[in-house]
Amino acid sequence: MTDSPLQPPGGALTAAPRAPDPRLRIVRPGALKLRRGGQLDPLEVAFETWGTLDADRANAVLVCHALTGDQYVAGDNPVAGTKAWWPAMVGPGRPIDTNRFFVICANVVGGCMGSSGPVSAGADGAALGLDFPRVTIADMVEAQRALLDHLGIRRLLLVTGGSVGGMQALQWAAAHPDRVIACAPIATAARHSAQNIAFYEVGRQAIARDPDFHGGYYARLKGEVRPSAGLAVARMAAHITYLSEASLEAKFRDPGRRRLDDGLPFRPAAEIESWLDHQGRRFVSRFDACSYLYITRAADDFDLAADHGGELHRAFRDSPVRFCVSSFTSDWHYTPAQNREIARALNAAGARVSYVEIDSDKGHDAFLIDSELRDGQPFAESMRAFVQAAARGAGLA
Amino acid sequence: MSGLRADLAAIAELVPAGARVLDVGCGDGRLLEHLERVRGVEGRGLELSIAGVNACVARGLPVVQGDADRDLAFYPDDAFDLAILSDTIQATQNPRAVLTHLLRIAPRAAVSFPNFGHWRVRWSLVARGRMPVSDALPASWWETRNIHLCTSNDFLDLAEACGGRIGTALVVAGGKVRGPFDPANPLARGLANLTGEHAVFLVERRAR
Repeated sequence: MTDSPLQPPGGALTAAPRAPDPRLRIVRPGALKLRRGGQLDPLEVAFETWGTLDADRANAVLVCHALTGDQYVAGDNPVAGTKAWWPAMVGPGRPIDTNRFFVICANVVGGCMGSSGPVSAGADGAALGLDFPRVTIADMVEAQRALLDHLGIRRLLLVTGGSVGGMQALQWAAAHPDRVIACAPIATAARHSAQNIAFYEVGRQAIARDPDFHGGYYARLKGEVRPSAGLAVARMAAHITYLSEASLEAKFRDPGRRRLDDGLPFRPAAEIESWLDHQGRRFVSRFDACSYLYITRAADDFDLAADHGGELHRAFRDSPVRFCVSSFTSDWHYTPAQNREIARALNAAGARVSYVEIDSDKGHDAFLIDSELRDGQPFAESMRAFVQAAARGAGLA
Repeated sequence: MSGLRADLAAIAELVPAGARVLDVGCGDGRLLEHLERVRGVEGRGLELSIAGVNACVARGLPVVQGDADRDLAFYPDDAFDLAILSDTIQATQNPRAVLTHLLRIAPRAAVSFPNFGHWRVRWSLVARGRMPVSDALPASWWETRNIHLCTSNDFLDLAEACGGRIGTALVVAGGKVRGPFDPANPLARGLANLTGEHAVFLVERRAR
């Protein structure tokens, strides 16, 4: 950490853990040729599973994680010391019921929780950093496909995910319609809007302009040199877009909480400021700055229509997959309009698609929030209904 | 028939087996499910309420949450063989645009609505001087979602204006389907308009 007049109080930020950790479950299913050139050889995929694969291998569900997620969808992450990120959706008796389904979640390539990524060691044993090749959403999906091949799973009952995970779910259905029965993209987009790209560019610039970035090779330096201040600012900026005005207002409504001034003009003062600072700090302790660059860039690059002659519906022509697209009314990161566009394209392609727009003031993060996923809440019920109908349609009891 | 409301049962009779069907305002999906099961149709729904959408998803039906006034424009020409609009047209902002879209999306549209020409409606207005409240029109005027009520004869004009002609004309009275009647016959038309609580029309697109 260099001394900076903007360094928040509370001491130095801690650096991300370095993979691999013996507690991670990692397979090496051959090499993976990448969409934008180059390859991952060997490809490493870190994953976790819950539930039991049935004798017919017909009850597999793949959950795709979002930008800063990991494979610990339904169980706590022992490496980062964080909680399961979607326990209200995936677990015993939950909409994706681990008593019935075999749930798989893999760290995306480009990530930093055990799968091939910029923290992976190169030939010289040092972290690759920016020597890691560019990866795309399609590459993330092909890595998951290689994992399924390795596990002997031919067909997924369901592929689902929110946000960047929703992009992967869409890519799965477009690239492998014969291997997916049902697809539930949530709060996502078939391509980034200029606004989406703009916000992530702010984050990337904050990282790249951190004096500790060292051209992306910080992990090769002696000591724990990390562009943590830049990564924290990136997280803070992005985090704002994951919440709605109403949810922030509700959290920090009390006017007394707005002034905690210590007299310095740049220290976090109002509670919203110290809360953001906390979000940033918490994030850098578990995430790698280069991974953030790679995955945001992959999300910015994603354009399912462009991959199919400029027409999104062509990505799903004659698709046998059943879809359920969900969005949230107050989501301004991936708006209902962006999700509706996906549903309309699926409709135009003649696919079996449902579109559910959940009335919520929780913003983009609504899909992760327990209160939206309690039994009886519309989002929980539509997901439960969709998963059950898919299982019924596939002949599972 | 299968516990369907009489006007839905009447519509079901108008649907050819194996057709691609869009049900606009499909509610809890009861009709679509019946059509998929009994007629083997390839069904799609459009529904405004989240409760209706979730009920449809639970039945395994593909349904899009949206509204007829806003979302029909995004369906391609001739995407379906038949469009259904049951008990919904009177609640749309722009019935003419909606029916025009239906006849663009599909060559035929099955439309049902509460008939404002029914004698009990007329009686309520003429004798009591009040807006009618009945089984077909259960809500009071200040809370009804119906903003474009019409009579069975009025609808015939709209179908014409939207480039359609009437294939089949039915009414529902006392829970039973009556007809078909000949809408070109003034007497039959007038009688249907007087006795039908609901009107059910199969509108066919005239050659473009």
